[in-house]
Amino acid sequence: MDWTALLLSLRLAGWTVVLLLPVTVIMGRVLAYQSFRGKGLFETLVMLPLVLPPTVFGYYLLVVLGRGAPIGDFWQQTFGQPLVFSFEGLVLASVIFNLPFAIQPAQRGFEAVPQDIREAAACCGMSPWRSLLQVELPLAWPGLMTAMVLTFAHTLGEFGIVLMVGGSIPGETRTIAIAIYDRVQAFDYDGAAVMSAVLVGISLFTIGITYLLSARVGRRLS
Amino acid sequence: MSLSFSAKAIAPIPIDLAFEAKEGEVLALVGHSGSGKTTILRTIAGLWAPQNAEVQCSGATWLRTASGVDVPAHRRRVGVVFQNYALFPHMTAKQNVMSAMPSTVRDKSSAALDWLARVNLPDMAERKPAELSGGQQQRVALARALARAPDVLLLDEPFSAVDRVTRERLHAELIALRSDLSMPVILVTHDMAEAQALADQMVVIDQGRVIRQGPTAEVMSDPAALRAMGLRDLASLLTARVSAHDDDGLTQLETATGPIWLPRVKAEVGTTLRVRVLAHEVILSRARPEGLSAQNILPAVVDRIVSGEGPGVIVHLAIGGDEVLARITRRAARDLELAVGQPCHMVLKSMSVARDHVRG
Repeated sequence: MDWTALLLSLRLAGWTVVLLLPVTVIMGRVLAYQSFRGKGLFETLVMLPLVLPPTVFGYYLLVVLGRGAPIGDFWQQTFGQPLVFSFEGLVLASVIFNLPFAIQPAQRGFEAVPQDIREAAACCGMSPWRSLLQVELPLAWPGLMTAMVLTFAHTLGEFGIVLMVGGSIPGETRTIAIAIYDRVQAFDYDGAAVMSAVLVGISLFTIGITYLLSARVGRRLS
Repeated sequence: MSLSFSAKAIAPIPIDLAFEAKEGEVLALVGHSGSGKTTILRTIAGLWAPQNAEVQCSGATWLRTASGVDVPAHRRRVGVVFQNYALFPHMTAKQNVMSAMPSTVRDKSSAALDWLARVNLPDMAERKPAELSGGQQQRVALARALARAPDVLLLDEPFSAVDRVTRERLHAELIALRSDLSMPVILVTHDMAEAQALADQMVVIDQGRVIRQGPTAEVMSDPAALRAMGLRDLASLLTARVSAHDDDGLTQLETATGPIWLPRVKAEVGTTLRVRVLAHEVILSRARPEGLSAQNILPAVVDRIVSGEGPGVIVHLAIGGDEVLARITRRAARDLELAVGQPCHMVLKSMSVARDHVRG
């Protein structure tokens, strides 16, 4: 059992959720309530990671985040180390490829808040910020929670993109999914079985918690 | 406090009108659905801005499209009761009321309980909207709107989602409450009878244009306004106090000039009601008639005679402080030699006042 890889996966999933949450709230809300030019194009771009083969997506991320590209060079100059094949690079890639998994449910969550409820908040004197915190977030919560759980579970299981952007550096970029692959390559089926079972367990646990919480939220609102 | 409104717009529905609501006054915007009345309310609240519009409230400019002034909704001191109440489903009744209070209110919790008591919901503070009936939700919505200490109170068809019995009770409660309110109240409704029972001023709207505006009694006696609303029944209100419930199923009420009897009225003795009298049900007589089956004979004074189109005239009668309308033929008016200032008697059949015409 590769505990380092498991811990790294959990860390990666945790950071992805934390960094993605504000992005998800802002983008989900904008897409739910506002119409602007190029909205369709924007939504299509966000959905792209869903349909692209992970290797293709990983390849482009490698190009964009690597040396010679603005983001990669900026990172190299600021922190003195490359972004690709590092944990930080992996987190950034993870945030990007999780966008559709997070934004879609969040958008649905915000869309579920009726217009007159939001208007009532404004007519009660709530600033947009107060309205977000006291009315919209509590009501859009089931959608946001789904977004975060999907992100967490999906990050634990992502393989192709992680391999392309991070490689398989123990303690830095070797996640549990890659560790399982490595075990199988080395004909260590027992090791792979244990790790796979652990991953199944964690996934089941996460989804179970979500159902439990959303059932409670549902009871609270109905 | 007062509110003035003017707008000229093409979309989403054509609007071209102006009105003013004064302190403590209830102004009803009456019209069919799609007439633009809700759009007007949304414009006042800051939820919508037509191409050309101006909204002034208590001296402050909330909207002047010509100079680009558009105060956002949350900075306008408006209290709104939405058609479906739009209560926050995750908050209790008390939290809903507290959410609208200005930050200057110190003890919000006890202030919210006070408001809930004033709308006759003292024991429901900890309930969520889903645990309240339609009428109770409406009361919470009203308490929330008033808790904002608004400069204008906007009511968007606030009684349309409750049953008739509840509606009449809510009407009575609003009438009782409004004597304490200093801000103008704008009531949007498609129900002429409701507007008549509650409003001091009426603006009858059709396709964004004003058909008739003015004091309620005047508008209600204008056949053109009634026609626009698809109403043939001209009616007026007579103030009366319940004095006894008789054994034969009738209720005795005392008016300014004498007693009347109506089919059982569900109100306690001592309650003051406004009885809706249909103009075509009123019979006029110079002398006090005798040997008549109709029980309700009230002395009145002719205040005004208005000729409409066709063979009818509308006689405005003064009964105490009320103005009651009678629709009779031109010929009858001539034969009776009716003239302004002349005393006469108004005859009303008990059964002609249906129960739903009796409002608090």
